[in-house]
Amino acid sequence: MYQGIYKVLKNEQLTESVFRMVLEGDTSALTAPGQFVNLTVEGCYLRRPISVFDWDETTVTIIYKVVGLGTEKMSAWKVGYECDVLVGLGNGFDVTKSGDRPLLIGGGVGIPPMFGLCKRLISEGKKPTVILGFNKADEIFCKEDFENIGAETIVTTVDGSVGVKGFVTDAMKDIDYTYFYTCGPMPMFRAIENTAVGSGQYSFEERMGCGFGACMGCSCKTKYGNKRICKDGPVLVREEIIW
Amino acid sequence: MVNTKINLLGLELDNPVIPASGTFGFGYEYAELYDINCLGSISFKGTTLEGRFGNPTPRIAECTMGMINSVGLQNPGVEKVISEELPKLKVVYNKKVIANVGGFSIEEYQKCASLLDKEEQVGILEINISCPNLHAGGKNFGVSAEGAATVIKAVKEVTTKPVLAKLTPNVTDITEIAMACEEAGADGISMINTLLGMRIDLKTKKPVIHNKMGGFSGPAILPVALRAVYQVYEKVNIPIVGMGGISSANDVIEMMLAGATAVQVGAANLVNPFACRDIINDLPKAMEKYNITNLTEIIGGAH
Repeated sequence: MYQGIYKVLKNEQLTESVFRMVLEGDTSALTAPGQFVNLTVEGCYLRRPISVFDWDETTVTIIYKVVGLGTEKMSAWKVGYECDVLVGLGNGFDVTKSGDRPLLIGGGVGIPPMFGLCKRLISEGKKPTVILGFNKADEIFCKEDFENIGAETIVTTVDGSVGVKGFVTDAMKDIDYTYFYTCGPMPMFRAIENTAVGSGQYSFEERMGCGFGACMGCSCKTKYGNKRICKDGPVLVREEIIW
Repeated sequence: MVNTKINLLGLELDNPVIPASGTFGFGYEYAELYDINCLGSISFKGTTLEGRFGNPTPRIAECTMGMINSVGLQNPGVEKVISEELPKLKVVYNKKVIANVGGFSIEEYQKCASLLDKEEQVGILEINISCPNLHAGGKNFGVSAEGAATVIKAVKEVTTKPVLAKLTPNVTDITEIAMACEEAGADGISMINTLLGMRIDLKTKKPVIHNKMGGFSGPAILPVALRAVYQVYEKVNIPIVGMGGISSANDVIEMMLAGATAVQVGAANLVNPFACRDIINDLPKAMEKYNITNLTEIIGGAH
């Protein structure tokens, strides 16, 4: 974990409520895809935990959805704005388990951490298939990002306006995969749990106090004992999750 | 040169700044970030006889200048705290610590306190009397003078270490509870625990916290804490450890002027993991600004 002041290089709107922000600063604490950052927002007491989309030596990119006061304020940050961020939080995905043909499933605002993971897997010579689940056409974001790095990318929409009509699980049926990784809303997780074959990893969300394991605010029970979503997670393996 | 040293119940502290129980775990998450040996002491995670998961999530809600938690005393239980957590804490912190003890019956408080009493690392026992008494219909021990005194008396029987009674502010007259604790043998008073509060989600139209209510803390409660410490200081002759919203060196001075011998920093640690270190670093400058050379001399100075 690293705490520092980061400068906004870009803060662009992708859909009506989803934004992409590029922050410049120390990224040495980021060690695995699926980790998150915790941003101080002026006028809000608690920090805002947001998953990492991608990072390089000097920048970290996050994609966030405006859902409340904090993210609304963030969406108004201008290029050059400086903010206090805790970087490199959480365990992230374990890529060593993926096998040759991993399946990555992202639902809505659960999609961003899948990108860093996808990039890492491709760099290691794997052939990931990505399913991105949305409600409707105008909510689609990041599809091109996945396509541009060479991932086989399938889009599902609930209303059928683009891609496969239905839920991510409707697209899963015909795919042969060695392992799966997913991030998204709980109803999607439950559907995946009923559909998926073999082992995989789920990235969870919870209301957090600190984001670094001190307050026990985001704990959950697992088959391997109590875990803090912020510190021992957000990624849990399929075998340990209690549904 | 200013002097930030204070004496708390026989312990010589380099400064009066102590992270509050429940906001600092067993120290090692913070030790990854800075050398926590700068801290006056540490009040570690509230410990009960048996391990506890605590309450269902969500158990955190944000408020204007504060937060609500309903963690519910998640801890691995006193035996694991002693065998696993305290040795890990010792690696990163070489001073005496404060053991925060919770319980749901008098016997539980006694057993837990007697086990922690044997630990050399523990300098002070801080008894959280804001727990529900399962033998009395779940009513908190700390909301009646009698309940508070019973806990403190029972704990004093099983320990030779100094005992702090940690009081809840959710009472009609906190001075009555404080006086009852002093009478029962408490060596000091820790105050205040969180204020009972709640938030309602406008989208779901239901409480944000699973347990509906939780403990409100953060800078918003500083005036309540200052008032309570000020009132209790006038009624008891034992030292007070003041807490509630402290987030800066100025807040430390203000709390000590109200009557606190030492202070605890809680919620601030969660939003700025360096809060305690920053406060300690800022303290000498703040003292100079307000013409204070010896911190001990300002205790209760507002009276």
